Amino acid sequence: MKLFEYMAKAVLRKHGIPVPDGFVVSSADQIRKIPGPVMVKAQVLIGGRGKAGGIKPAETVDEARRVAASILGMKIRGFTTKEVLVEQRLDVARELYLGITIDRSNRSLLIMASPDGGIDIESVPEDRMLMLPLDPLMGYQPFVGRRVAAFLGQPPEQSSQIASICHRLHELAVYEDAELAEINPLVVTKDGKVVAGDAKVTIDSDALFRHKEYENLPEDLTPLEQKAKQLDIAFVQLEGNIGVIANGAGLTMATLDSINMFGGKAGVFLDLGGTDDPEKVKKAVLLMAEANPKVILLNIFGGITKCDTVAKGVIEANLEKQIAVPFVARIKGVNEEIARDMLRDEGMIPASGLSEAAELASKESLR
Amino acid sequence: MAVIVDEKNRVVVQGITGYQGSYHSVAMREFGTNVVAGTRPGKGGIEVNGIPVYDSVREAVELKKADTSCIFVPAPGCKDAALEAIDAGISTIVIVSEHVPVLDAIQIVSLGSSKGVTIIGPNCPGLASPGKAKVGILPSKIFLKGSVGVVSKSGTLTYEIVNALTERRLGQSTCVGIGGDRVTGTSFIDILKLFEKDRVTKRIVLVGEIGGTAEEEAAKYIRKNITKPVVAYIAGRTAPPGKRMGHAGAIIARGLGTAESKIKALEAANVKVARIPTDVPDLLDRE
Repeated sequence: MKLFEYMAKAVLRKHGIPVPDGFVVSSADQIRKIPGPVMVKAQVLIGGRGKAGGIKPAETVDEARRVAASILGMKIRGFTTKEVLVEQRLDVARELYLGITIDRSNRSLLIMASPDGGIDIESVPEDRMLMLPLDPLMGYQPFVGRRVAAFLGQPPEQSSQIASICHRLHELAVYEDAELAEINPLVVTKDGKVVAGDAKVTIDSDALFRHKEYENLPEDLTPLEQKAKQLDIAFVQLEGNIGVIANGAGLTMATLDSINMFGGKAGVFLDLGGTDDPEKVKKAVLLMAEANPKVILLNIFGGITKCDTVAKGVIEANLEKQIAVPFVARIKGVNEEIARDMLRDEGMIPASGLSEAAELASKESLR
Repeated sequence: MAVIVDEKNRVVVQGITGYQGSYHSVAMREFGTNVVAGTRPGKGGIEVNGIPVYDSVREAVELKKADTSCIFVPAPGCKDAALEAIDAGISTIVIVSEHVPVLDAIQIVSLGSSKGVTIIGPNCPGLASPGKAKVGILPSKIFLKGSVGVVSKSGTLTYEIVNALTERRLGQSTCVGIGGDRVTGTSFIDILKLFEKDRVTKRIVLVGEIGGTAEEEAAKYIRKNITKPVVAYIAGRTAPPGKRMGHAGAIIARGLGTAESKIKALEAANVKVARIPTDVPDLLDRE
């Protein structure tokens, strides 16, 4: 779960990392006074705001209001700006980079640092980037901060501030269950202070049970994706026109790939997960109908799921809201013959193998 | 021979009183697994389907000599359950529970490896050695005893592929689902190493998916160390970047984790990569 910049900065402040003074508004007239020269920054969950014109300076309250009014409502790479952060402008001497994330290969947290901050960190050459996996059994130790500071090559006064921020960033990641906490740029001001200029924090959504404060935050989801989330269904909207319902992430992806081999393109990825609850199948089919695909392809490999239970869910959904588009169903497992007959009677197209199903669905979608 | 589990493992089911725990403890026993105990704090003394339930793993180890654990405990209690098993001296832990916080997984895996404990999962279907035993939730009836070793990040996709193998009479030595989370206790390489050593396993199937670089690392390992033929399938060729495809780990991020990169690395290691899952038996037949 990605946090908006102003929320990320509030979390940084909570953990003792210096951030500029500022406040967030959703309309220009909410700006009453400003802490000197400011930056007005669009709050959207996507990078590239600056280039898109979503970050602008202002000197006075009037100007801040004018600028805010021009940014609010702005569409940035598909995301509408609903709020702006009005923030004290920093007197920048240097821009650094500091971040912490999950290291999948080392199965640990990973500290990342670079003296080349303020730019897209993926464009920084490898030798200008420090990647430091933290041994989970050792945890964070002060030498880690010293090593990071040494790599960033700042004078002693700033180095000790950097080491302290590094320590606090690790604390933040552990305490908040952040899978990513990134300060880019980490600004060294002309008067020698080290401050977080921008911040990205992503909370591990699997850890929300112990972080109720993040539970109802807005997310970068489409309305249907939001609905799916409430049903505990993995749902991703794509470019094509075939709606794919399958059980299990790997099988759903494999179904998408198989369609592609026959010239079809998936428009929705819907992973039911492990279920043998006809009610959940019904809800998933209804959700899929809302996404208006040209064809629906259901691919269930029932390990323990009974196929007739799945068929029952599909038929109930069809009763509630007549599915007008071709519906290809491939169900494999216990009672598959019964399920196939049930679906055929309902006017659906049964298939026995994955490639047969993918071919049928692709043909229908290209009609 | 088989890898990690056979009929000799003495299994304790943590969270045996829940629907999943209770259903699968019976399914495991019917498959041949020696399920010796279950645990559920506060329910010690009862029986579930004839299996004695204890309050703690320690009791299951002391009284029933349990050496293997299968965890069904929901995510909020999963770290506690796994660390309890490690502390009690369990040597193999299969974590079926899904949605385990990644920092909990890191802690479980690092503590486990420091004590020499084999951890499979979290968020995995477990493993099965046909004709001997299974620990986890894999459907029993898709398996056939044989000599193909299967290692996979996925659940149902593995079933699909194993089923296709079985229909072609290509039996399996052991099938291991290592899980689709970002941090898992056992990697492709850990299992490949065991399959290479195992005398029964003659050919290997590797099922990967987008996200991370585990398949690329496996490819590098195969090139240097594996002499047995390997066939692979990688799910997610058509997945767009930046979208999480069902599994926590299945995301193409920062240009890393694409199917193309994995397929290229595997092919460079002489691994035949199937275009669709049901092509796996064909490719294997030619090996």
